[in-house]
Amino acid sequence: MTALGSTAAGSTPAGSTHAGSTAAAPSIELDTVSFAYPDGTRALSNVALRIEPGESVAIVGQNGSGKSTLVRHLNGLLRPTTGRVLLDGRDVRSTHVARLAGLVGLAFQNPDRQLFAGRVSAEVAFGPRNLGVRGPALEERVRAALEEVGLAAEASTNPYDLGYSRRKLLALASVLAMRTPVLVLDEPTTGQDARGVGLVRDVVSRAAGDGRTVIAISHDMRFVAESFRRVVVMREGRVVLEGPPEAVFGEAAWPELRAAYLEPPLPAVAGARLGLGATPTEAALVAALVAGN
Amino acid sequence: MSGETAVSGETAVSGEAAPRAGLVLAGVGYRYAGASAAALVSIDLRLEPGRVIGLAGANESGKSTLCLVVAGLAPGVIGGRLDGSVRVDGIETTAMRPHELAQRCGLLFQNAATQLSNTKATVFEEVAFGPCNLGLPVAEVVSRVWWALRMAGIEALAPRDPARLSGGQAQLVALASVLALRPGYLVLDEPTSELDPAGTRLVADALARIARETGAGILIVEHKTDVLARIADEVVVLERGAVALSGPAATVLADPRLVALGVEPPAAVRLERAVRVSGIEWPAALAEAIE
Repeated sequence: MTALGSTAAGSTPAGSTHAGSTAAAPSIELDTVSFAYPDGTRALSNVALRIEPGESVAIVGQNGSGKSTLVRHLNGLLRPTTGRVLLDGRDVRSTHVARLAGLVGLAFQNPDRQLFAGRVSAEVAFGPRNLGVRGPALEERVRAALEEVGLAAEASTNPYDLGYSRRKLLALASVLAMRTPVLVLDEPTTGQDARGVGLVRDVVSRAAGDGRTVIAISHDMRFVAESFRRVVVMREGRVVLEGPPEAVFGEAAWPELRAAYLEPPLPAVAGARLGLGATPTEAALVAALVAGN
Repeated sequence: MSGETAVSGETAVSGEAAPRAGLVLAGVGYRYAGASAAALVSIDLRLEPGRVIGLAGANESGKSTLCLVVAGLAPGVIGGRLDGSVRVDGIETTAMRPHELAQRCGLLFQNAATQLSNTKATVFEEVAFGPCNLGLPVAEVVSRVWWALRMAGIEALAPRDPARLSGGQAQLVALASVLALRPGYLVLDEPTSELDPAGTRLVADALARIARETGAGILIVEHKTDVLARIADEVVVLERGAVALSGPAATVLADPRLVALGVEPPAAVRLERAVRVSGIEWPAALAEAIE
């Protein structure tokens, strides 16, 4: 694995950067985790990764590179074949599933694997109720979560009367309502229009601003470059590259990136061609152009 | 039953030689059963063989509904009320039986899980499911399956369990299963939504190739306007069930109204705007850099 740049794991002491943190996010450590599915498909090979509390991390890589398998280890949905997953140094194997559910919220790639209630509001209330939240506090959580994803007007709707993109936002709201200190989003922007992508961006920046750890899988390199401070690149079940967007999308990393079947975002390519240095986002490119003018 | 299917399979083969008049929507409106408002309003659209039309628009603007209507599933399977006419090579979709329509116009659902049968042990069998149901000879089924897997770039997945694929792989299998029916027109509802950038390019290139080499007409719903910029001849943007913009892809994708319609412009268009908004002069070298 190539670790790039200075903001990689280890540089942020636990909890120190976010004084306003409402929940204490645990550190997450994958200690040489390997995983094979029952049919023999080897999905993860010796993954070593440490995520500090409050980090925002994007996981990118080709389809089938092990991204979803990896994040399912974080809340105990999958258990490593070998190796360990540690939350605050404790093996998740010895952590009760209910406690894990209160720590790590996971929104699936496919919302239909997650939704089951007859009303949008009941769907969103299910998670926090299981965590023991009741009464006005529960109502407030449901209201706030629906507000955050732009579904406040749909509280009484049947989830399956919503289109796919809004079912996906609903699945996100149902995880947000649990207010877990760790938020894991599997492809949150797929199928969203410009407004939906904007809502997801806001969810990520708000959660990160609250000191929560946000981990998202995405193929949308623009979203990755603009919304995350750290990018982890996976290929064939391994972490092959990681660092801040400036480094991972920087010209020096392109060969490794392309070997993982990924492309740097257009502003990064344009910035490199013009000799402006690392410009992973439109804003960075424009700033570099203005500075050079 | 199997005899009957075989006969209709032959009919379809002879049908392939029939003149291709295109897929034509005239004044199409559609209302879901029990819905108070119409989902589609007076849509006119013409998809010629070998052409690619991109369909964009905000969520719930009617894109998926239009796919269902074009493919004849609405009202054919799910009911509701259709106004105007949908003709595939001159024949009203409402006059066709589902298996006839499936060979003329293939539909790829947005959610791959909806598409896959969940009854097959391998990807190969999953892709063979459609052609088998047409009653084709085994050798023809096998050759179609390999062709479709190759077109989708997933020959290596042939022996895998369809239930144990990543989201993107499942999407490619669903695409291959539609291709194996060799339809004259393909309707694709966000075929690249779960795909990585390389997979997205693979599918985009495969679709362009299919349009060019097999003469299939393709209607593709896509939020990734970069994909449309790459392969679409024309782009249609829907708003609240009606056509808000339509025309040559390059013109529509550079239209300033696109953002207000909930559609993200292609990266190059966005970048150019971001630079212009900053007030600095557009560097000529940048235009070359983003080519």
